[in-house]
Amino acid sequence: MTSVAARARTKELLKHEHHSPSPAKRRSRRRNLVGALLFLSPWILGFLIFTFWPIVYSAYLSLTDYDVINDPNFVGLDNYATMMDDPKIALALSNTFIYTLLKVPAYMVLSLGLALLLDHAGRASGFFRTVFFLPKMTPPVAVGVMFLLLFNGQSGLVNAGLETIGINGPSWTTDPNWVKPGLVLMSLWTVGASVIILLAALRNVPQDLYESARIDGANFWQQTRHVTIPLISPTIFFLVIVNTIGALQSFDEAYTAFFGSGNTTYSNDAALFYVIYLFQQAFQFLHMGYASALAWLLFLVIMVITGIQFVVSRRLVHYEGEAK
Amino acid sequence: MFQKFAPGLAVAAAASIVLTSCAVGTGAAGDDDTTYDPDATLSGDLQVMGFGAGDEIATTRFDLAKEALGADVDVKLIEGDLDMQQFLSSVAAGDPPELLYANRDQIGSLAARGAIMSLDNCIDGEGIQADQFVEAALDQVTFRDSVYGIPEFNSIMFTMANADLLDAAGLTIDDVNGSDWDAVAAANEKLMRNDGGKLTVIGVDTKLPEFLPLWAKANGASLISDDGKTAQLNDPAVVEALEFAVSIYDAQGGFSAVKAFRDSADFFGAGNQYATGALGSMWMEQWYLNVLNDVSPDAPMAFDTFRDPSGEPLAYASGSAWAIPAGSDNPAASCRFARVMTEVDSWVAAAQARLDLRNEEGKPFTGVLTGNSVADEEIHGMVTSGGEPWDSGVEAMYEANDNAFSLPANPADAEFKTAWQDAVNRVLNGQEDAQTALDKAQEEAQSALDEAWEKLEAEE
Repeated sequence: MTSVAARARTKELLKHEHHSPSPAKRRSRRRNLVGALLFLSPWILGFLIFTFWPIVYSAYLSLTDYDVINDPNFVGLDNYATMMDDPKIALALSNTFIYTLLKVPAYMVLSLGLALLLDHAGRASGFFRTVFFLPKMTPPVAVGVMFLLLFNGQSGLVNAGLETIGINGPSWTTDPNWVKPGLVLMSLWTVGASVIILLAALRNVPQDLYESARIDGANFWQQTRHVTIPLISPTIFFLVIVNTIGALQSFDEAYTAFFGSGNTTYSNDAALFYVIYLFQQAFQFLHMGYASALAWLLFLVIMVITGIQFVVSRRLVHYEGEAK
Repeated sequence: MFQKFAPGLAVAAAASIVLTSCAVGTGAAGDDDTTYDPDATLSGDLQVMGFGAGDEIATTRFDLAKEALGADVDVKLIEGDLDMQQFLSSVAAGDPPELLYANRDQIGSLAARGAIMSLDNCIDGEGIQADQFVEAALDQVTFRDSVYGIPEFNSIMFTMANADLLDAAGLTIDDVNGSDWDAVAAANEKLMRNDGGKLTVIGVDTKLPEFLPLWAKANGASLISDDGKTAQLNDPAVVEALEFAVSIYDAQGGFSAVKAFRDSADFFGAGNQYATGALGSMWMEQWYLNVLNDVSPDAPMAFDTFRDPSGEPLAYASGSAWAIPAGSDNPAASCRFARVMTEVDSWVAAAQARLDLRNEEGKPFTGVLTGNSVADEEIHGMVTSGGEPWDSGVEAMYEANDNAFSLPANPADAEFKTAWQDAVNRVLNGQEDAQTALDKAQEEAQSALDEAWEKLEAEE
């Protein structure tokens, strides 16, 4: 009874303290808050000026007819209505979806495969980690140019390699059916960052779980399937989200290869990704208002897809300490 | 009630003011307060965007232009090709450069949106001799009867063929100069080589998509009406021209094969496709003659103009132009600079500088196409012989220059160009036939033109 009374008293005191802290504590908290805000202020200011404000402003521009040269002219939802009748949006979106569906799984499988190899590479792991990450430093424009050289149907290195095993390679850079697969293969060049993140997750998997699995007779694949993947699933999920968003916003490589300087006249409908079309509208056709509306549609699409991924993840992603 | 909504209304009003004030813009700012006078003493800053003083032709004229501006004008170059994003950003910030160096096919759109000013006052006041400019070049920068750009350079194309391959196939340059389309198709069959399913010699390269205007014109059609208001992309003559030009690729295994092979060549080096016997014939801009003469002087070349079915020379012209952005802080200095850069004396001085350099190198001077017909004539007289076949090449270049046409300026240049080039690419990639692709392009282009013209007329 005494113990119960003491617990009740403590609870009351805590409650009291929570609702009305002493003036000294209040001052201390305020000082901490001000200090925290001061430390955070460079980021907060950067976010407000370079991210939040452009977002708000693009929402406003999406309701205007704006050619950058003259003042914006408010047109209500006209830009969104025009989007309904624009056949290039369907083309650009379908190209982008196909590219994303091809790229993200390929990217994840390769990243995971390389991370698993590195995890077992012992001392050489550090060296190969650097080697895998180096291509990530290549500017995307250079990757676009390299795509045209490596995947040249006549004299490219890729088809030369395929020829050695008796495969007559396709016209990657000109055949509309092979343009997107080619770009996906080229994008795998920059898989290094995902590999590093997955490797860090692999290193955090408790070794005793593997020992238990081995005692139970699990082989490498069973350990990977039942121990490794569930335990690194939050990292895999994070990378799937990030790479999906990245793929949906693809621009540089395809633009350089098919629309940019040096190859301006050999556009290919198969490579017209959504952001490329958005860029054309904004900076070639000077329809900045319409381009802003296109940007908001993409934002909506990404939000829906990410939402679906979160719902699906509830059954597939295992968080440590989580009650299932 | 009002008090309840007052804070919300205040925020909305403040947001509207802030949002609308962000986009400054310079549209419709003119030069009414500017006096153009070739003898006036000038001062201030002159920021030039899109121009690079990279060779003797540029630096000689640039030095003369700076001298004409006087010591009180501070000239700054933003070098490299015109970056439209950079230019638009400066316009949106209300701080455009004083002078712009743009492609001539960008002038119509910029003029229609009020991004650049009419140069009629500049031409009159500064005494620019507009009648000296090559007609095709001047047409390209004339929008609704006003001149918006001072033309500079003229880029034209003509026939370049491999004489050895022609001889071996029993052909002459007349078979591949475009005057007889059946002869071109037959020559293509004779010149091309395909070993084991791989193209090893391109017979004839019709240079699609960029030269569709040339093929269409040769067939009696223009891609757009003279007033720049009506797209004519699905005109039967354009469709026929496209079908013919594509058929030349199809006979060689398709555009994919030809382009992949073309891309694999050492285009600017000694191993170029003419020097290695990997290309029978192609139409190409004049600058490539200089490249070939430089890197492979012994290449077995044969030259002629492109010729229409009646045998007349024909060329599709493009080039650059000087334009003064609306809101330019120094239109008088901009106008003077553009005048000196494009006047006959400057061109001749620049040509002399190149001639001296070529003499030092022991190489021929093959001329420069300036966009100024008087300057072209004078410089033509300065050309030095490089022996055959190069002398014939230079003559073909000048003959083509005298017979050039251009597409008229219009307010939807970029959309129009994208529409027809995308259509050609769809045909080349085998996605659509010529009629379907050009019908679709016609719809896209006309819609863009209608919208642009309507907007322009509504603003007046």
